[in-house]
Amino acid sequence: MRNSVWRSGVAIAALATALTACGGEAPASESASVAGGAGDTIKVGILHSLSGTMAISEVTVRDAELLAIEEINASGGVLGKKLTPVVEDGASDWPTFAEKATKLIRQDKVATTFGGWTSASRKAMLPVFERSKALLWYPVQYEGLESSPYIFYTGATTNQQIIPGLDYLKEQGKKKIFLVGSDYVFPRTANKIIKAYAAANGMEILGEEYTPLGHTEYSTLTNKVVQAKPDAVFNTLNGDSNVAFFKQLNSAGVTAQEMPVLSVSVAEEEVKGIGVDNIAGHPVAWNYYQTTETPANEKFVAAFKAKYGADKVTSDPMEAGYNAVYLWAAAAKKAGTVEVEAVRKAAGGIAVERPEGLVTIDGENQHMYKTARIGVIQPDGLIKEVWNSGEPIKPDPYLKGYPWASGLSNG
Amino acid sequence: MEAFLNQLPIGLSIGAVLLLIALGLTFTFGQMGVINMAHGEFIMAGAYTAYLLQDLTGRMAVIVALPVAFLVAGLMGLILERTAIRHFYGRPLDTLLLTWGVSLVLQQLARDLFGAPNVQVQAPTWLQGGIGPLPYNRLFIFALALATVVGIWAYMNRTGQGRRMQAVMQNRQLAAVSGINTGQVDQRTFFIGSGLAGVAGVALTLIGPVGPALGTYYIVDAFLVVVAGGLGQLRGAVIAAAGLGLLNSYAEFWSDASLAKVIVFAAIVAFLQFRPQGLFVLRSRALT
Amino acid sequence: MNLARLKGPGVFAAVAVLALVVAPLLLEPFRLGLLAKYLCFAIVALGIGLAWGQGGMLALGQGVFFGLGGYAMAMHLKLVDAQGDLPDFMVWSGVEQLPALWKPFANPVFALAMVVIGPMLIATVLGLLVFRQRVRGAYFAILTQALAAAFVILLVGQQGLTGGTNGLTNFFDLFGQDLAADSTQRGLYFAVAIATGLLYLGARQLVNSRFGRLLVAVRDGEDRVRFLGYDPARVKTVTFAISAGMAGLAGALFVPVVGIISPALLGVVPSLELVVAVAVGGRFALAGAILGAVVMGYAKTSFSEQFADGWLYLQGALFILVMTLAPKGILGLAASARDALARRRTARSGDPEPPPADAPGRRVMEEVA
Repeated sequence: MRNSVWRSGVAIAALATALTACGGEAPASESASVAGGAGDTIKVGILHSLSGTMAISEVTVRDAELLAIEEINASGGVLGKKLTPVVEDGASDWPTFAEKATKLIRQDKVATTFGGWTSASRKAMLPVFERSKALLWYPVQYEGLESSPYIFYTGATTNQQIIPGLDYLKEQGKKKIFLVGSDYVFPRTANKIIKAYAAANGMEILGEEYTPLGHTEYSTLTNKVVQAKPDAVFNTLNGDSNVAFFKQLNSAGVTAQEMPVLSVSVAEEEVKGIGVDNIAGHPVAWNYYQTTETPANEKFVAAFKAKYGADKVTSDPMEAGYNAVYLWAAAAKKAGTVEVEAVRKAAGGIAVERPEGLVTIDGENQHMYKTARIGVIQPDGLIKEVWNSGEPIKPDPYLKGYPWASGLSNG
Repeated sequence: MEAFLNQLPIGLSIGAVLLLIALGLTFTFGQMGVINMAHGEFIMAGAYTAYLLQDLTGRMAVIVALPVAFLVAGLMGLILERTAIRHFYGRPLDTLLLTWGVSLVLQQLARDLFGAPNVQVQAPTWLQGGIGPLPYNRLFIFALALATVVGIWAYMNRTGQGRRMQAVMQNRQLAAVSGINTGQVDQRTFFIGSGLAGVAGVALTLIGPVGPALGTYYIVDAFLVVVAGGLGQLRGAVIAAAGLGLLNSYAEFWSDASLAKVIVFAAIVAFLQFRPQGLFVLRSRALT
Repeated sequence: MNLARLKGPGVFAAVAVLALVVAPLLLEPFRLGLLAKYLCFAIVALGIGLAWGQGGMLALGQGVFFGLGGYAMAMHLKLVDAQGDLPDFMVWSGVEQLPALWKPFANPVFALAMVVIGPMLIATVLGLLVFRQRVRGAYFAILTQALAAAFVILLVGQQGLTGGTNGLTNFFDLFGQDLAADSTQRGLYFAVAIATGLLYLGARQLVNSRFGRLLVAVRDGEDRVRFLGYDPARVKTVTFAISAGMAGLAGALFVPVVGIISPALLGVVPSLELVVAVAVGGRFALAGAILGAVVMGYAKTSFSEQFADGWLYLQGALFILVMTLAPKGILGLAASARDALARRRTARSGDPEPPPADAPGRRVMEEVA
């Protein structure tokens, strides 16, 4: 037994030396990096999952953010300085997001960070950013009920995506709705809102079903949906489950005409994996499509395809990530510094023409005014807009402006 | 009531999927005691085979891919057996960890070769539509599972190779002294077991996503079928798959998909209380 | 001889000095926090080393016990932060009053007790059910793996109770200390390091005891032990429960160190990763488990900082290489290198070959399924 102590000793000693060596080099890199943005360059963090289950989606957002940084640098940078991205991998693992956020803030001393996709990753990073008083730009539509002073939300909150989606279904005369979602925070919160909306608008909820993330067996659920005979399905499934769900729904003979499935997590990128055959004709709700007709979008799509390949598509979260970099740059220019509190103060009211149309930062809750758009999936895999809200909707993460939602946000 | 009755064929069709993914495992696990965590990635390889063949064969890819995927996945299994696993016989827990490493590498390889997003395999048009609650593609999987079981049964009981395989399964040493080349039998078993995973992969393109993570979605379920059915037991695997499929279908019908998984697990633990070796046991007096 | 006798404790002391004096002096707070995280995993690994290396029970679901301990701690911290109100996540999950399950966790003594008792209790029940029926080897491994999968689904499904996929995060206060403060984090590091050392010594004591010998005997020939009149199920259950308790404690330490507990940490993959770490370090020695967990944790961090995509390849390849070439892990390699060196030295000097340094103590390392 003495032996194993001996061995453990040697091993741990070797390891500790390695660790201390690493600790030794850390301060060096710290002194080389320049806090805030003194010097010739400004460091900005990019923190998405580059490995693991979420990599599929998040890598595309990283690409869009890097494109924005490149474009900004090409036109002179921010405050006369070039941006240097520091890219970290959140590895689809929430504690890793917290760890890497800490690293970006404390070791790399980035001026701001763009990152996250899942709510879980945002919730894990939130305390890190709040306590270090550092900035995070979060680019994905989410479930609302949050307004951190150190996070800017460039994706839609619920009243810019879920509620317009419901308005659309109501306009179409769909009265009986079936809710299908993955079992996590966004679908559960979204469905709570949907149920309150339905109660106030004379709609009927025929069923509410959740499946574990990564679930692929949808025959029972399809049977339940078909038997309930709803007018429409509101789908908050996430990721690979969408593929299985649409394949199995389609082969059960459900058509988009008789029972449209409105999805809020299926964008251009996902359509490819699901197979156009299985999903064409079904509606989706977002704020941006590759086909959105604005001058800024023409430029964005062209630049993205030029940089990453002609077969690449652009989607809503990518555009929101792309916007985030521009919006931060605009705020920093207005503030005349990249210092966090000054940027936060300057950000309110900034309005920029973006690929999705005019985007304005709401200084109060740090969300964006965004135009809601309902699209229908075309046989070529792109999405065609069939409805929009006409003007940018004021973000309302706690749904305070909706009387029927008063019971939901008493927190 | 109609919904309730519909769950019966649905449960059986879930069972058919479970059987297809687990069938190969019962043999590699049963005969060789190898817990092949890379089995899921062999399933994935089968699915990608169908994807690649699509360029050549269009919508018939799913049919053409069945034999091709059997060969592709089988060869992958054979390579794995020859290069690594054969050094590990008698150390099942080590093979579990080894093959898990292999599975990680294969997943990343798929990501690098085919990209991280899911790809699409188009189903033949004549598989669209269905009878009652069962779409044709489910019936196709059902028929495929049935054909596979019959094929394996015939192989095991009607061919010399199959009989030798059974002999090795029952008593490796005695088989060896009787002049059976156990190494060769092992290779063959591994080839067939892995090949069956490839066939399952092709079938799964009809109903699920085709991506690098494909294998991870099915591997735990496949092992549960094997554990419940008993090692190396064709009968056991069939009954266990059907049973678990029905249980899953009705549990989900009455509760929800999350709870159904938990119920299935609890049922298996409870079941092992009565039959710790699974449904059917290979009688052995060997001392472990 | 005296010198050799001193070696073990001497090295242990040296490592202790490194961990408790040198590391805190040299590492900046962020890196020290990471080391604390690795050590939390090392405690789980120690439990796996005990159950698997010594007892032959390949537990692939230790994440479950890690989670039970972590959630017990996190529930307490959440309730303290909420100061009598509902924890934040319950508000947005639509829960209106504190669930009964949560109430006792407001009491720190109860919460801390549950950190260890909860996992041990569940492990005992599961162990009794499973080991009595002589479910072992691969069956046991697969069952524990399925347990981890089912546990995660259950946690995620009960969002109002557990925070769902988000898990529990955003803690402020640890027994009156501000969790964000560097001094608190430093204190936590010391707590984790000392806990690791003490648990290691405790586990070593256990392995060297009569019970430990019985455990190894059960690993190497369960039926034979039964014929001798012992009850292998009891031995295995006790060991499994101890390893579960360790995992629970590690989870509870992990929560304040990292600031989050979520189902993503408890599933099949993280549980397997820890088993891998144990194999890499060397499963037949308890120190190997600790070494492996720290090495793998460190490798993962530095690899993902350099090139993220490569991590799966490296992890997979490392795994294949360790299992095929060095099934006894780093410690096994170190030992054989030392033996080879010693042999060569004696060969050159022409002395008769002395027995390898660890020959008398080396246990049978073949594993029996």
